Amino acid sequence: MIPRYQKFLFVILLVASLAMAVGLWELRERAHQRMIAGQDSAPTSAPEVAPAEQATLLVANDSDGSLLTQVHSLPLPADPGARARAVLGKLLDLYAAPDAAHSVPGGGSSVTQVFLLAAPEIGTGTDAAVKPKSGEFSVNPPAAPPQDTQQTGPQLAVVNLTGSFAASHPSGIETETLTVLSICGTLRANLPRVTQVRFLVDGLERPTLAGHADLTRTYLTSDAAPAEGAHP
Amino acid sequence: MRWIQWTLAALIAGGLAGAPVSAQPSPPAPQARFVVVLDAAHGGDDTGGRLNGGQLEKAYTLALSVRLRSLLAARGIQVVTTRESDATIDANKRAEIANHAQARACLSLHASQSGSGIHLFASSLAPAQPTRFAAWKTAQAASVTRSLALAGVLNSALLHAGMSVTLGRTTLPALDSMTCPAVAVEVAPERSTLKEITAGLDDKNYQARVAAALAAALVEWRTEAHQP
Repeated sequence: MIPRYQKFLFVILLVASLAMAVGLWELRERAHQRMIAGQDSAPTSAPEVAPAEQATLLVANDSDGSLLTQVHSLPLPADPGARARAVLGKLLDLYAAPDAAHSVPGGGSSVTQVFLLAAPEIGTGTDAAVKPKSGEFSVNPPAAPPQDTQQTGPQLAVVNLTGSFAASHPSGIETETLTVLSICGTLRANLPRVTQVRFLVDGLERPTLAGHADLTRTYLTSDAAPAEGAHP
Repeated sequence: MRWIQWTLAALIAGGLAGAPVSAQPSPPAPQARFVVVLDAAHGGDDTGGRLNGGQLEKAYTLALSVRLRSLLAARGIQVVTTRESDATIDANKRAEIANHAQARACLSLHASQSGSGIHLFASSLAPAQPTRFAAWKTAQAASVTRSLALAGVLNSALLHAGMSVTLGRTTLPALDSMTCPAVAVEVAPERSTLKEITAGLDDKNYQARVAAALAAALVEWRTEAHQP
């Protein structure tokens, strides 16, 4: 004679076993569905890249302190900020090459971001020499409404460099000035609305690039003409 | 006592009449004080760049400043230096020293392992009319034209000494706050057309030639400054 409590225990265990079997079957089905879905999303075609375009780079040359114009073909995104980062990345890749005329280690990854903002106004004539003070981005409020300025007005590019780039940059007035001017000139050549440039290093303001070139001031891209670095 | 008065009057009148009437040349107009400021860049904690052979830029600029000061003193030019030892001096203090000296020429001395020959830099500030009050960070704007002229004189002297020279504009915090005609002089190794170093920064003869050419240029600058 089987005790009554053992009958109850047997039924409970049987029901639990059946429930677990059903649950296990359900989990298996779900895993199978996920696997099928994953196969569907697998890349079967090459991702679309930005079309290659002509980019004008102002490449520095240490031997005579000049900026030479070079045209390179490279994929350029439509977004202006990403576009600016792409051209500057290409410029710094050239400087990182072993036989570069202006040798600076780091390469294209040294430009973390490029932010494009509405440019503050800077006076002309006598006041032209008065640049915005350190940490100040706005001298006068923009005359046009902000939206219009964003669409058509002059722009300030804020270039954020990595700390490793600044730390490894060769020290010297000429070499640092050429790096800064070539970045400004390249931005001007590819994004004509960029009239002013400021620099950050790891997101922070830094006194100089490598002990000489002042990074606390706003640079005018018009100062970075290819004729810069006159020959004697 | 009337006779005494008459006698004294006669003596005075006679003395004045007998005095030799000669056209005393007026004393020459005092020439404006000609002071040169030599700013040996970096120093102390700020070592500057590292040059070949492990030499630091701060040591090179100090040595060049001392050598140039001796040459200028021998030519009768008053020199004020921003530092005479391995001391930390910030950019504002350097400009303060130069502006206080009311110098007629200011040279900021630098050295670099990159590039070739001598690099001369004037401030990239736009020229501006002198004003009674000038912004500290752009005080050089009123002297930029004279600074470019000084760079031209230095360029001529260095070329005359057979050196290659590169002229440019730059933004140096100390330079932009100076009110004197100011030029940054960066000494780099001399290189051949194949970019091989023909005279390194540790070459004493090269440093002596640079200092002599700079001294000759400043003598020429003094001559131009004293011309009406």
